Amino acid sequence: MKKATVSYKESSPVFTDEMKKTYTILAPNMLPYHFDILAEIVESRGYKVEILKTEGRSIIDEGLKHVHNDTCYPALCIIGQFIDALKSGKYDVDKTAVLITQSGGGCRASNYVPLLRKALKAEFPQVPVLSLNFSGLEKENGLDLRLRDILKMGYGIFYADAIMSLYNQCKPYAKDKEQVNRVRDESIAFVKSTLSSKAYKKHERIVAELLSRFKSVELERTEKVKVGIVGEIYVKYSPLANNGLEKFLYAEDCEPVVPALLDYVMYCIVNVINDAKLYNRGKIMAVLYKFIYKLLLGVQRKAITMFEEAGFEPPHDFEYLRACADKVIHQGVKMGEGWLIPAEMVALYESGTENIVCAQPFGCLPNHIVGKGAARAVKALHEDVNIVPIDYDPSATKVNQENRLKLMLATARDKIAQRTATAQSDVLDEVATD
Amino acid sequence: MSYLLGIDVGSTTVKTVVLDEKTGTILYTSYERHFSRVKECVLSALEKVGKAFHGEKFRAAITGSAGLGLAEKSGVCFVQEVQAAFCAIKKYHADADVAVELGGEDAKIIFLTGGAEQRMNGSCAGGTGAFIDQMATLLDISVDEMDEIALQAEKTYPIASRCGVFAKSDIQPLINQGAAKADISASIFRAVVEQTVSGLAQGRKIKGKVLFLGGPLHFLKALRKAFTDTLALDENHAVFPENAPVFIALGAAISAAGESAKTADELYEKIRNCEAKDEVVRGKPLFETRAQYDEFIARHKRSDLEFADIRTYEGNAYLGVDSGSTTTKLMLITEDCKVLYSNYQSNNGQPLDIVVARLKEMYSLCGAGVKIRAAAVTGYGEDMMKAALKMDFGIVETVAHFKAAVHFNPQVDFIIDIGGQDIKCFKVKNGAIDSIMLNEACSSGCGSFIQTFAKAMDMDVESFARLGLFAKKPVELGSRCTVFMNSAVKQAQKEGASVEDISAGLSSSIVKNAVYKVIRAKTPEELGKHIVAQGGTFMNDAVLRSFEMETGREVVRPAIAGLMGAFGAALYAKEMQKAECSSLLSAEQLEKFSYTSRATTCRGCTSNCNINILTFEDGSRFISGNKCERGAGLKPQDGKWNIYEYKYNRLLSSAQDVSGGTDENAQQRGVVGLPFQLVMFEQLPFWSAFFRHLGFAVKVSDKSSRDLYFRGQHTVASDTVCYPAKLMHGHIESLLDSGVDFIFYPCESYNIDEHASKNHYNCPIVAYYPELLKANNERLSSENLLSPYIDLNERKSCLNNLAVAFKKYGISKKELSKALDKGFAALESYQNDVREKGREILANARAEGKNTVVLAGRPYHVDPEINHGIGKLLVSLGLAVLSEDSVCDEAPIVEVNVLNQWTYHARLYRAAEYVCGQKDVQLVQLVSFGCGIDALTTDEVRAILESNGKLYTQIKIDEINNLGVVKIRLRSMVAAIERKGGANV
Repeated sequence: MKKATVSYKESSPVFTDEMKKTYTILAPNMLPYHFDILAEIVESRGYKVEILKTEGRSIIDEGLKHVHNDTCYPALCIIGQFIDALKSGKYDVDKTAVLITQSGGGCRASNYVPLLRKALKAEFPQVPVLSLNFSGLEKENGLDLRLRDILKMGYGIFYADAIMSLYNQCKPYAKDKEQVNRVRDESIAFVKSTLSSKAYKKHERIVAELLSRFKSVELERTEKVKVGIVGEIYVKYSPLANNGLEKFLYAEDCEPVVPALLDYVMYCIVNVINDAKLYNRGKIMAVLYKFIYKLLLGVQRKAITMFEEAGFEPPHDFEYLRACADKVIHQGVKMGEGWLIPAEMVALYESGTENIVCAQPFGCLPNHIVGKGAARAVKALHEDVNIVPIDYDPSATKVNQENRLKLMLATARDKIAQRTATAQSDVLDEVATD
Repeated sequence: MSYLLGIDVGSTTVKTVVLDEKTGTILYTSYERHFSRVKECVLSALEKVGKAFHGEKFRAAITGSAGLGLAEKSGVCFVQEVQAAFCAIKKYHADADVAVELGGEDAKIIFLTGGAEQRMNGSCAGGTGAFIDQMATLLDISVDEMDEIALQAEKTYPIASRCGVFAKSDIQPLINQGAAKADISASIFRAVVEQTVSGLAQGRKIKGKVLFLGGPLHFLKALRKAFTDTLALDENHAVFPENAPVFIALGAAISAAGESAKTADELYEKIRNCEAKDEVVRGKPLFETRAQYDEFIARHKRSDLEFADIRTYEGNAYLGVDSGSTTTKLMLITEDCKVLYSNYQSNNGQPLDIVVARLKEMYSLCGAGVKIRAAAVTGYGEDMMKAALKMDFGIVETVAHFKAAVHFNPQVDFIIDIGGQDIKCFKVKNGAIDSIMLNEACSSGCGSFIQTFAKAMDMDVESFARLGLFAKKPVELGSRCTVFMNSAVKQAQKEGASVEDISAGLSSSIVKNAVYKVIRAKTPEELGKHIVAQGGTFMNDAVLRSFEMETGREVVRPAIAGLMGAFGAALYAKEMQKAECSSLLSAEQLEKFSYTSRATTCRGCTSNCNINILTFEDGSRFISGNKCERGAGLKPQDGKWNIYEYKYNRLLSSAQDVSGGTDENAQQRGVVGLPFQLVMFEQLPFWSAFFRHLGFAVKVSDKSSRDLYFRGQHTVASDTVCYPAKLMHGHIESLLDSGVDFIFYPCESYNIDEHASKNHYNCPIVAYYPELLKANNERLSSENLLSPYIDLNERKSCLNNLAVAFKKYGISKKELSKALDKGFAALESYQNDVREKGREILANARAEGKNTVVLAGRPYHVDPEINHGIGKLLVSLGLAVLSEDSVCDEAPIVEVNVLNQWTYHARLYRAAEYVCGQKDVQLVQLVSFGCGIDALTTDEVRAILESNGKLYTQIKIDEINNLGVVKIRLRSMVAAIERKGGANV
């Protein structure tokens, strides 16, 4: 029996084809390299995109004003940033739209689009909201992208991950810090240049090029503390939300190890495949997703070999990540970043990054289970993993966060010192027995 | 000879230690409070060191949370404080197994043996020195006194320890009920221990030789005792080092060994020269010019009442009393609303004594011509005052405030009241209160925070507030809660912010909390045009100005802003008076008045309310603290009107029901334990029938209670998860102790599809909690906790997954399928019964002319430990109570602005839609603290109701049990319904 329906849905401006030519689309900046490259792809479809790189307290204040304070911190940051930008006078608000991603999962993050709309309603009711999602939500306000563009985005993310990882591996050890920054900027430009033709698909050639560019950076190898960053996707990557976590780690003379964004994409794909297996849901889609998954996995595996041959720490093999998850949690946990967070914790540890920051918004629902909740299971598996959960919130103080990070670093440095001491005494023992 | 120097800059003190580098002998120590003047204090400490070791060189290191910035800027080596402690322990107490350190704002625990591990508390500062200070202030005694009397305690009460704000909500009622301060003090120390054991150690046992460090543990004997008692440590295993206060500085000194040596003067210069790096966010000044200020003051002067002389006045007078949770207000007015007498005073836990004393004072001042025609009382103490002092009328607090506001501005359309504890806001439409917004527990106490803080700065609140008026660069202090604010203040102080800037910043934080968290206004238009600001906190001009700046509105603040409740009550008395003379006790009667008070626990039902019995000299009694009529000595009539009670019993009986099962098989296969929490509050009938059919005996976990929560508290992984989830840990413990063969709780990403939403998810907590339980409770394994991933909507996969889960028992899919059928049938019968009962209650209510309330929440809100008896409270206010699931099927599918993709949440929208179609039915939404998804649903439910001209009332519930404020809110709602003419008459 079909039930009757009442609607309380308020109308909101639709982004029409006409607008495409004249409107500027604002997008949040979750990851600087990635979103620059993705913007390039969207622009190639005739849109005008601007990634917001603003920061400052006024963003948080606008967020507090326009978003329910119990909503997660990422929503507050993103929405606050949009409103702040629209108020800045820099944009013609009658010719501006905003774009955000939408996951469609069981976490409230799926609701950023409606929340953003509600916030705009109060002050900029004319501004349309565009949704970038692959779950079939918001059909009339999606970006007009072809399958090829989506594929291009996949590659774009993959290259940006490579640049991010190589940069993080070189920066702390580079003799000339300017040089490594230059290499990074040139690499991004190079990847962008491949997007206009079919060249972007030649992943081996492109990865080889990126490797050789970063290989040219002169390094001074010393042992530094490696710190992995896992957590809720936005807080994990966005400097706005995590108070410049990467920058802090550089200043502390550490090597930040930031897992790839492609892992999150593959995690979403695998969830569809798992749903088919566990619940017989979406079996047809799952066939397509399996195909894409295999394709991405192939690309990833090739890159892993190439990274290793070039002497760099490779990205995680996604099948290996899944195996890591199985050691501590069920892959059925698929809301938010779900099983990916504990999987990354285990994988980071096993690939030599013993120190891990779990960055999460204060009161994040899935993170109760997969962040703080799973840390003990990871510790039970690997006793000396050094995990510190850090809450991010508009009212949490930086000193409080940094003090906890410092504790983690002190423990890590102590361990390195101990290891060096044992290694030296081993050498001495050998000399003595000779 | 060379020396090592350690400087520990904590949140409240600066400690130094000088060591002989070669021998490790301690040569010098100092310990001083810095009163937030960090740099000056460190410099003076260095000066003293320089004098004691004239011209010598030191290798130096700084440690401590407040030392971080100083070290960075001056280039002196910094050691994280836990690390410093670790170094010192290894050197001086090498045989210790665990170290517990409590500081001003941080709590830490270091496990040294069996897998070294170092932990710090999370962002909420429960269980620290600051927490103890706050609680002492609340008790109005010094920390030392608290320590002394705690040792004489006879009993302890459970107190929420994870957060100072929550603890306060637990303690205030204890004070009001007259519990002994000694007992409360001991309870506070016990709460600190519990927080350390559960929040910090999280299940890891604190055993072996335990070292106790930090100021509070050194100075407070009662705290020491609480720790050693709880951990069952003897003298040999509980070590309190003599040098505990400077222990961390000692560690810093040891860590300085690798630094280059400098003289004390050189270090002094380095620190003196370091520039304060301004990392604090600054706001706009409250007043740019003096003229602005003068205009502001002149404008607010206009809203004042006139006075008349009580000694010479002749004519009628009306008395109003506002008996609040922390303060008592009285006002006597003339026929033309002039003030004859007024008083505002903290009630020190004895509100009745205060009112009696003030009335005596008033009578003594009264000239012969004053004729008190009527007296009315409002506030928490309404019933008690009425009973004790024979006052004529009682009035709901919100209505009293509204009456008073109208007096100052007849056009008023918005009232904001910031008191010491609570923030209340009402919108006014068509001359009546239209909606009420109250702060939630988490952000309470904002007003009194300024007072506490001023006290700590050794100032009275007025002069402290005045300082903020002309602050140049007010600091931004956040708005989440007072605990976060406290920590932000400390940070600002360390960065060198002035007292003026902090004072202005605090005012602005309180206002932001009210505007963004309580009112949730996006633009000033939402507030209305005619705003009246009142409540004691608004007497503070800085707060008032901040509010005007934040909202961009000029508001009316009456000069009697703190007395508005009493004034409103007096106006009400004037309006209502009929008799020639008030029934209020006369001066003579008052002289004879006396009473005795006895605190006890009501044994009427399982709620075990802490009640207080007052017996007056004429033998009449007054009982308070009870949730239902039973406590007041009346017959409860609850079950007939309350579907929450019905559902709870119906669920439990479904698990005991054996008729549907194959009896002869029972217990053949074993005993399954079902934790009665989260999804089981809906699916208990389903799984009971399912397992009974398969030949298992079903054991349901113990009923939820505070004690049950404490039993599982040590395995709770996250402080900020909702209370139902936290209770789950206790349910698991109860099942593990009862010897079941296994516990069953399925992981369900998808709930049952009720075809009323775009998707039908469970929230992440309900869906995956078994994963967290397994990871954090050592007693659980995949053997004794079965949690298969299933989707009850899809039979085939469901059978596969269940078959795998029960492989050990060799159950065929055919059998499982039959059992699922039984489950579905049982669930359907339960749901039908609930709907049927709902119809019955509504029909009865209509027959008797009662109003009905749909108490809309989640299935698990039926648990009385979670809803704290709100259903009962509603019934006692003369309402009938339905639930969201008893009515939602009568409404169409509702499309909302947010993504409607959770089964339980979709019911809320439909229940709201249903209510909109019924004249005599209202909706009250129950929200669990920490439920992120309700941040979405509340706005939508409100929009549905308000667009249909219905009232929206929300009640946030958590582990704390503070029904006083809930009662005010519900009574206001009832008053508003009556005014709106919604009554079924």
